[in-house]
Amino acid sequence: MLTIKNLHAEVEGKKILKGINLEINKGEMHAIMGPNGSGKSSLASVLAGRDNYTVTEGEVWFNGKNLLDMAPEERAREGVFLAFQYPVEIPGVSNLNFLKTALNEIRAYKGLPALEAREFLKLTKEKQQLVDFHSNLMNRSLNEGFSGGEKKRNEIFQLAMLDPQLAILDETDSGLDIDALRIVSNGVNKLRDAEKSFVVITHYQRLLEYIIPDFVHVLYNGRIIKTGTKELALELEERGYDWLKEELHLKESV
Amino acid sequence: MTSDMILPFYQALTEDVNALSAQVPALATDTLQDIRRKALERFSAIGLPTLKTEAWRYTNIQRYLKEFPYELLSTASPVSEAVINSTAIPELDCYRIVLVNGHLQADQSTLPQGKGITVGAMSAHTTAPGFVTYFNEQHHLAAESLAQLNTALFADGLYLELAANTVLDKPIHVVNVYSCTAHAFIQPRHLWILNRNAAATIIETSVHPETATIAFANSVLETVVLENAELWHYNVQQGAESFREVHTTAAQQHKDSRYHHFNFTLPNTPFTRNNLSVALNGSHTETNLNGLYIASKHQHVDNHTFMDHIMPDCNSNELYKGVLLDNANGVFTGKILVHQEAQKTNAFQQNNNLLLGAKADINSQPQLEIYADDVKCSHGFTAGQFSEESMFYLRSRGIGEDAAKALMVNAFSHDITDAVKVPALQHFLQTQIAEIMNN
Ligand SMILES: Nc1ncnc2c1ncn2[C@@H]1O[C@H](COP(=O)(O)OP(=O)(O)OP(=O)(O)O)[C@@H](O)[C@H]1O
Ligand SMILES: [Mg+2]
Repeated sequence: MLTIKNLHAEVEGKKILKGINLEINKGEMHAIMGPNGSGKSSLASVLAGRDNYTVTEGEVWFNGKNLLDMAPEERAREGVFLAFQYPVEIPGVSNLNFLKTALNEIRAYKGLPALEAREFLKLTKEKQQLVDFHSNLMNRSLNEGFSGGEKKRNEIFQLAMLDPQLAILDETDSGLDIDALRIVSNGVNKLRDAEKSFVVITHYQRLLEYIIPDFVHVLYNGRIIKTGTKELALELEERGYDWLKEELHLKESV
Repeated sequence: MTSDMILPFYQALTEDVNALSAQVPALATDTLQDIRRKALERFSAIGLPTLKTEAWRYTNIQRYLKEFPYELLSTASPVSEAVINSTAIPELDCYRIVLVNGHLQADQSTLPQGKGITVGAMSAHTTAPGFVTYFNEQHHLAAESLAQLNTALFADGLYLELAANTVLDKPIHVVNVYSCTAHAFIQPRHLWILNRNAAATIIETSVHPETATIAFANSVLETVVLENAELWHYNVQQGAESFREVHTTAAQQHKDSRYHHFNFTLPNTPFTRNNLSVALNGSHTETNLNGLYIASKHQHVDNHTFMDHIMPDCNSNELYKGVLLDNANGVFTGKILVHQEAQKTNAFQQNNNLLLGAKADINSQPQLEIYADDVKCSHGFTAGQFSEESMFYLRSRGIGEDAAKALMVNAFSHDITDAVKVPALQHFLQTQIAEIMNN
């Protein structure tokens, strides 16, 4: 579904991604871990099309289409979704109106008619329950004055509403309380199916106890330096990243 | 109306304005004729504004007056229902008053009726007690030469007076039609009076149906809000390429009154100047001035406002927001004058702008003159673009660039549109804004 080949990207002249290779197939759950500043959010941003990043080398293919050629909205309509590490507050844009616009633009792209008001409300109710997203937040301005946890839930609520093929969750777990973490993880698990793939970026093995990954990647200094299974996350939790960095230096000095 | 003997309009304005007064109908009373003569003298004395006139530093009105060979137009010809309906506000339950070039079209209007309501043509009410007391009484008009020109040469307009304790059950929608078969300079003149405890909502829209002839309106409205009365006035300037406008509103408020003024300037009138002044002649008043201007192409929109705090214990709140697209040029002036007697004044002013066009521009100037010591006053100004972060967030959800901009402009203007108390009008404005942004 998604193929990343030797991806290099920089921001404001600073090299951030230095040759990422990653293959994600239908139905897979990938976790990306790695120290602060290693480039995890940058990778997510490049995939979603944030334009302050310049891709200097490499390719990204999504369902056979060149993702890097597309505007951010086209990527979303093709089925790529990014749950932001820091969701933006937009005063004056109502959550509901925003979602309706987004949903209908995606539907129009797929040649589907706009949802009728009643159908839209029905869908909203259903997905709201999935992540236990309070209905009073629905009528407020987009993320305005939302608590950290409420913003993260809103990201997952949007994910449920827009139903993408590939969802990238950037530290959705940070800021969530213990109950919310369970609820949101259950929500994500319910959305999983054989057609959909996920990339979860996280610092904590705890999330991966709820959302069991098929693969765990370690991103360090703009590169994936190790790939393993869920056991790798446990090991990282215990030992930190230093041993990996050392391993890498040994390899590089050879 | 022109003959070979008559100077072209602009030349007459600058050289022989007396010749113009021969072209307009005489008013009914000697007192009024006297007021007219004095206004003409005053106009001749101060002349047309130039870029050296303090209040017109950023707006070259002479350029617009010279742009076409206007003729002074004092009459109206019938207009079709289709023209009037082109500015209808869907779902609005209201009284409708149709004015063509300021002249009331009674058979196309549904006037409010009943005890305490006086409504009709200005020309038919020149001896009404309210007219005698308040016409041309607003002293702020004296400083503005175009208002003097209007006083000297107007033909007609809307007179409305609500007696004490009269509350209108529905809004009044005033449809201002400016219609001409040659380039015309049109000067309507209105006077609205709300006596003690009266209340009304008045919505104005305008339409200039012809595209080949230019209408230049120089209208003046005086509003008088007496003790504990409340007026909601919405002026919706839906523009046209073939329209130009100087719109002067002079309001006065008395003790315990509330005045809410909304001004919406939408594309495409190339030149709009709004003069708005509020004189607080009584204490414990509340004033809300809200403005939203959305301008595109080469539009020039100038909002010139003046809050005159004469009496103590009054609150005023002013919020003007602008969205400037393409090469549009905005001007905002917010003068707040707090007299020495006006202790315990609260006067707030804010002007925020979105500069979206590559050559869009705003000149904004607060002018605070405060002579009382126990006051709370503030002013603020911003001009900026869309936040990149917000745009990316919206687009990352599949929302196209234009739709995202429309959402953001709606968001930017929401505190103005949210304050609109008539749901049908609010919806109408939101729809208009969305349509403008989607073009
Ligand atoms: N606009 C920018 N200008 C300059 N440097 C930037 C910019 N955006 C990101 N960076 C840098 O890129 C590097 C990678 O940042 P990124 O946000 O991708 O890290 P991360 O792995 O997501 O970290 P964290 O775990 O803290 O979220 C950091 O060194 C960061 O400072
Ligand atoms: Mg990050």
